Amino acid sequence: MKNIKFLLLGIFFAIVLSKTQAVSWYRFYEMFKFQSFHMFGIIGGAVVISAIFMQLFKNGKIKDIYGNKIVPTPKKKGVISTVLGGTFFGLGWGISGACAAPIFVILGFKLIPALILLVGALLGAFVYGVLSKKLPN
Amino acid sequence: MDFILQPWAWYFGGPLIAICLLLYFYLGRNFGASTNFDTLCSMAGAGKVSDYFKSDWKDRDFALMFVVGLIIGGFISVTYLIPNQTIDLNPTTVKELTDLGFSNVGNKYFPDEIFGEDVVLSLKGFLILLFSGVLVGFGTRYAGGCTSGHAITGLSNLELPSLLAVIGFFIGGIIATWFIVPILF
Repeated sequence: MKNIKFLLLGIFFAIVLSKTQAVSWYRFYEMFKFQSFHMFGIIGGAVVISAIFMQLFKNGKIKDIYGNKIVPTPKKKGVISTVLGGTFFGLGWGISGACAAPIFVILGFKLIPALILLVGALLGAFVYGVLSKKLPN
Repeated sequence: MDFILQPWAWYFGGPLIAICLLLYFYLGRNFGASTNFDTLCSMAGAGKVSDYFKSDWKDRDFALMFVVGLIIGGFISVTYLIPNQTIDLNPTTVKELTDLGFSNVGNKYFPDEIFGEDVVLSLKGFLILLFSGVLVGFGTRYAGGCTSGHAITGLSNLELPSLLAVIGFFIGGIIATWFIVPILF
């Protein structure tokens, strides 16, 4: 069971998100209304410290479990896809207060609403997959 | 023990999330959450409709285990680690939402007006959640990532596409909370 580590990491990540209230609808509402520093502190802090880790990956100071250099996969380019896709994502996030990982975490809190969100998200991903070649990048 | 049961401050949360990212990469994989929507579609047989989903989802078994962990972690948190779901909100936020008709603002993580049992089984409440989910799922796949993949992994790796995606996240989130939420509720 080599993947048990990912299971444990998922549990840990979910506990961090839950305990810092980063799965709460209210926390994202106040973030988008700029009425609290809390979520900016969490995401900003995560980005700054992750940036240090990224440098340690790049110069080879931290290698992965197999001893290989860690090279994050480059993100797909495209101004329209990132901005427009991001805007759609933000609309759903702003209304429901749930982005991708929290949808799974919320299943443990509020089963039925989270299932509806998850079915919606899968439908959305499916629609994207079907249309992907026709959408502008 | 007291620390475990109290809400954790942002200055714990940020570093702990970064440690999750570190461990994920250490285990040899790219940190992110939303690719799992594609994987679950592939598992459900979406490959029969579109070649886009004709990937071998068994290669993503590690990520599915991560997802199972997220669900278990949420359940452990709500059951054992969060005796009190009160959120210390800005009084302005509380007043605004109360004026919109929200009750007991900040008493629990999730407002009954959106997540309540009666509400989600009403047509309006069901459609609000379903359609939000569609936007999240479609948007994140179009943008190529979510808060984990773009806002944290991408930004920390100084990826321009991630900066554009995060700008998009905020355009959408601001439109939703400033204009759509007041119309819906």
